[in-house]
Amino acid sequence: MALAAVAQGDPVLRLSGITKRFGALVANDSISFDLARGEVMALLGENGAGKTTLMNILFGHYSADSGEVEVFGHPLPPGQPGAALRAGVGMVHQHFTLADNMSVLDNILLGTEPFWKLGIGRAAARARVAALAQDFGLWVDPDAVVAGLSVGERQRVEILKALYRDAKILILDEPTAVLTPQETDALFVTLRRAVALGLSVIFISHKLHEVMAISARVLVLRHGRLVGTVATAETDRHRLAEMMVGAEITPPAPSRATPGAPLLVLDRVSTAPQGQRPGLREVSLSLRAGQITGLAGVSGNGQGALADLLSGLVSPRQGRFEIAGQEVAQWSPRAAIAAQIGRIPEDRHRTGTIADFTLTENAILETYGNRPHSRDGWMNWRAAQRWTENLIALYDVRCPGPGTRIRLLSGGNMQKLILGRVLEEAPKVILANQPVRGLDIGAVTYVQNQLLAARDAGAAVLLISEDLDEILTLSDVIHVISEGRLSPGFPRGTMKPADLGQWMAGQGFDHAA
Amino acid sequence: MSEIVDILISASFWAAVLRIASPLIFATMGELICERAGVLNLGIEGIMVIGAFSGWIAVYSGLPLWGGVAVAMLAGMGFGALHAVLTVPFGLSQHVVGIGITLLATSSAYYAYRLSLPQVTSPPRIEPFQPVQIPGLSDLPFVGPALFSQTPLTYFAFLTVLVVALVLYRTPLGLALRAVGENPGAVEAQGLSVTALRMGAVIFGSGLMAVGGAFLTISAFSSFFFEMVNGRGWICIALVVFGAWSPSRALLGALLFAAFDALQIRLQQTGFGTLVPYQVFLMIPYVLSILALILMSRRANVPAALMVPYNRGER
Repeated sequence: MALAAVAQGDPVLRLSGITKRFGALVANDSISFDLARGEVMALLGENGAGKTTLMNILFGHYSADSGEVEVFGHPLPPGQPGAALRAGVGMVHQHFTLADNMSVLDNILLGTEPFWKLGIGRAAARARVAALAQDFGLWVDPDAVVAGLSVGERQRVEILKALYRDAKILILDEPTAVLTPQETDALFVTLRRAVALGLSVIFISHKLHEVMAISARVLVLRHGRLVGTVATAETDRHRLAEMMVGAEITPPAPSRATPGAPLLVLDRVSTAPQGQRPGLREVSLSLRAGQITGLAGVSGNGQGALADLLSGLVSPRQGRFEIAGQEVAQWSPRAAIAAQIGRIPEDRHRTGTIADFTLTENAILETYGNRPHSRDGWMNWRAAQRWTENLIALYDVRCPGPGTRIRLLSGGNMQKLILGRVLEEAPKVILANQPVRGLDIGAVTYVQNQLLAARDAGAAVLLISEDLDEILTLSDVIHVISEGRLSPGFPRGTMKPADLGQWMAGQGFDHAA
Repeated sequence: MSEIVDILISASFWAAVLRIASPLIFATMGELICERAGVLNLGIEGIMVIGAFSGWIAVYSGLPLWGGVAVAMLAGMGFGALHAVLTVPFGLSQHVVGIGITLLATSSAYYAYRLSLPQVTSPPRIEPFQPVQIPGLSDLPFVGPALFSQTPLTYFAFLTVLVVALVLYRTPLGLALRAVGENPGAVEAQGLSVTALRMGAVIFGSGLMAVGGAFLTISAFSSFFFEMVNGRGWICIALVVFGAWSPSRALLGALLFAAFDALQIRLQQTGFGTLVPYQVFLMIPYVLSILALILMSRRANVPAALMVPYNRGER
């Protein structure tokens, strides 16, 4: 068996029969595993499979309903993060647990000294942090205030916090979700050093290529159950994906597009910068019916400005803006809805939905003033609910019912409702801003196939994404945005990732101009 | 104008500033501790009333003056404990709980007063704290009578600021307290108890508020009257914001407010005062406080988790 081949000697960590229920939901169903010294074990599973719950039990944020955790042969008292820390378990949380307006050093020192003591041992700590930073390749200025750090730096602080307390077992919960590819590579270097020094690592992820790259062994969770344990060397991405989803995965395979007339045209349009974010600089773009136009670029280079413009939140400062051959005079979110621009916003929690509203209320956010949802200024909730039930059925939104508050839905189901809200209005133009960010594979495939279907039905789709693979797979034409400038459109198949990367870095614009 | 200058160069004016500031300093430090730990304590006004009453009644019943201070502190801590239980483990709305505590504590004090002294028409007096001369310092010209001829509680108030600042910035406990007001998740992830830290801060802070109230009865006025706290608790909430949650700057705010208050009392007695209705003078400290707040609070560093209840296991 593969397990025996990788796990040698006594386990540093043993979970046996961990079960945790939240109401009717079984988040963890009798999960057992061992972790060996110097091993990187990946915990793989879709969103909601129970990975984070399991690790929170291990670290003492939750108490399990049954089951035991043993660290170095000693049982760990449940529900006490302090006990886990003392036993040598360190956790890097997905949502960082740092106090923003305190220094890096103070964050690391927090909780490591007895309370009643005059003076905080910063000098000794500084030396120790410097040594750890050296050993593990985790450089960060110990006197910097956390608020001013990049996401990658914050993660290094989180890891330093655990190492400072002599963690022998490091748990990293979705550590790469917020990192750039370069930062991910640096993290992997750190983790390899850690295991070389005898630490053990549990790496939680739903990204297959990362799991393949860093782990020696993979545990796959699905719906709270441990569905398999495999040695990484004896498996591949495809088989892991099937174990994770429990079904065959077929990535979208777009057919040839048949582009029609331009539905939305920007001719040398500029917009005002918004705070730190650049505005558009003389952007010319034509969104054609029956075509997906992909927008690639490093985050924060004007994608937001373009999305805001199409959403009606921002008006052009200069240039010509045409929809369906007519120059736009008065521009507002209302006008965008009237012009049949369907909007899938970047942040479904903040701008896409109202968390404490029901599915029905969220489903009619844009169209509550129209029949059948309302009439003569009075809501027709029955009609709105029927409409929502229809969306739930058509778009496979898994939920208790239309009266559920949307905050209780998973990201994927929330996005499916938003998608249905947009597509059922048969929009002429679809603005899809990061439509699959944070979704699991099943939901990603679903959303992408729906966008392709909308394209084939004649919609002009603008796909904004930071994931180059996604852009390359789905787009019929690709533009690159950099510092508010837009590259010419490159037809499908004419650009390699490296070529796009050069445009993303800002090269090429000077020649094109 | 010369009238104002005359006031400002009199030692009795500065002595009054310190005296008026003392209850504000205690209560502001109490509120500041609560807020740095992430809990807004709107029970402050009522806790000051209960402190004023319980300290006074304890001395009236025969306890020494310092015994009265201790009783006031314990009473404040009692109401603070109630506030802490409701807002920290139960995670209830800090606004609603705070207002509730203020109403409950105020009415309890008035009720207890009526129960213990049913017959009196004017409140009995006690022998309050007397000014203590500090050898050497009190003999200095001007500075002596201005600053070093105060009751012990006033000196104690300034000492409290020093201790609060030291604990907050120079001890691991203070580090944990500030962190729990910034991100309780960070505190729990480092193995500390969010509940214990926040409850401790609210209970101790409430004790200080009650000592601020007790100052009014057993150091300043020697009797207990209804309405004697008169909004000082609310002023302290503003002073914490004014001080940008820093003890030294909050102290400055308390002194500034007290100075305006002392000034308006004296202005009322000048020739200028006969021309203007006295209510205008009463308004001065409040109007100036609002102006100062507008100017100061723009760059304030609000504790990020202030008023956010922490529920374990929820994200």
